Amino acid sequence: MVRRIFPWLLLPMGITSLYLAFVVAPPEATMADRQRIMYFHVASAWNAYLSFLVVFVASIAYLRTGARRWDRTAFCSAELGVFFTSIALVSGMVWGRSVWGKWWVWEPRLTTTLLLWFIYVGYLLLRATGEGDERRARMAAGLGVIGFVDVPIVHMSVKWWNSYHPYVIGLTKVDMVPMMVVALVAAVLTFTVFYVYMLDLRLHMEHLRERTQILKENLLQGGMR
Amino acid sequence: MLAKSMAIVWKDVVVEFRAKEILAAVLIFAALVALIFGFAFDPVEHDLTGIFPGLMWVAYFFAGTLGLNRSFITEKQNDALQGLVLAPGDRSAIFLGKFLANWLFMTLVELILTPVFFALLNVSFKGGLLLAAVLALATVGFTAAGTFLSGLAANTRASEVLLPILLFPLLVPVVIGAVRATAGAMAGDAATAVAWLRALAAYDAVFVVVPFLVFEYLLEG
Repeated sequence: MVRRIFPWLLLPMGITSLYLAFVVAPPEATMADRQRIMYFHVASAWNAYLSFLVVFVASIAYLRTGARRWDRTAFCSAELGVFFTSIALVSGMVWGRSVWGKWWVWEPRLTTTLLLWFIYVGYLLLRATGEGDERRARMAAGLGVIGFVDVPIVHMSVKWWNSYHPYVIGLTKVDMVPMMVVALVAAVLTFTVFYVYMLDLRLHMEHLRERTQILKENLLQGGMR
Repeated sequence: MLAKSMAIVWKDVVVEFRAKEILAAVLIFAALVALIFGFAFDPVEHDLTGIFPGLMWVAYFFAGTLGLNRSFITEKQNDALQGLVLAPGDRSAIFLGKFLANWLFMTLVELILTPVFFALLNVSFKGGLLLAAVLALATVGFTAAGTFLSGLAANTRASEVLLPILLFPLLVPVVIGAVRATAGAMAGDAATAVAWLRALAAYDAVFVVVPFLVFEYLLEG
């Protein structure tokens, strides 16, 4: 269902949110056009956090039920999460460079996002090198739970750590006029729909891959008989 | 359940006492890191007091990771882990036992090496009881998270490479807390030290309880 309808939903949504972000929304007072990257930066970060929340929930569900589809969901969502975290980080750095003059500041939100990236790349590595389908699924689920639990703690500790050197730059407050809010909401909505579509597509691929493997094994067994 | 955990702790202590496999290696490696830091940062030319807490904890965390790596790999040989799972009592007791054993080993390493670090890096010894509290609490967080992830990583082909990659991002709050609290203790700033000790205690609670709850499901079958 999602696979058939969502592309037709995404096309107009994508064009609309591009139009809103680049044409309708006015340039920001101090940052001018450079601020426009924010619409897609925030949307990517939102998708990243959403993905990892899905990994967390699916991991718990897998540990409780042992149903393979939960494991598949966690895996596919983690892949997407790393992808969107990368986009959020790179777009954030480009923005930081042009607005603050620095590629990186040790600011809690930035630092937490970078750590998220490391945690879930580790998650994918654990899956890539894990032995035994079921055992690997269980180990990955364990990490999927503890990795997410750690996020607020990391955020708090970095915030505390940071309070020791007061920032000259600080987070530049963007006073958003209504049209900017509309553009931001449109971008976030479009990205969310995009995430759901990608997740569904990726799950379907993973399902096909597993079926192919079963068919192959059956074929081999038949040949040996 | 506690009996099972204690039995595991005792077993690990006996194994370590007889084989001397992990403790000696961790000790020597951490001491070597102190030596390398000495050459890299030159305590003769510079006063290292400011960066001392960071240097000491980096050495402990890196060296400790070596020991944590072995924690579950030794159990995989001869299917010893299977025996632990089949033994009566909760499976979570395995986590608790392994964690306590690792905490014991790591604390021992730190007790021996902390004076050595102060001496080698030419920093005058300060901190006393507060420093002892920091060592104890930070090591709880480090070994709890490390034991859990070592259990996960032991099931992969690349476990020894994977453990630090999985562990260090999760460990960031402990790194921050340990370094700040140590700095506070050394400076005689009890308020700062205690504030960070509290943060460490919160992390410890989460990273003992959550793995304890999850471990039951991880070792099925």
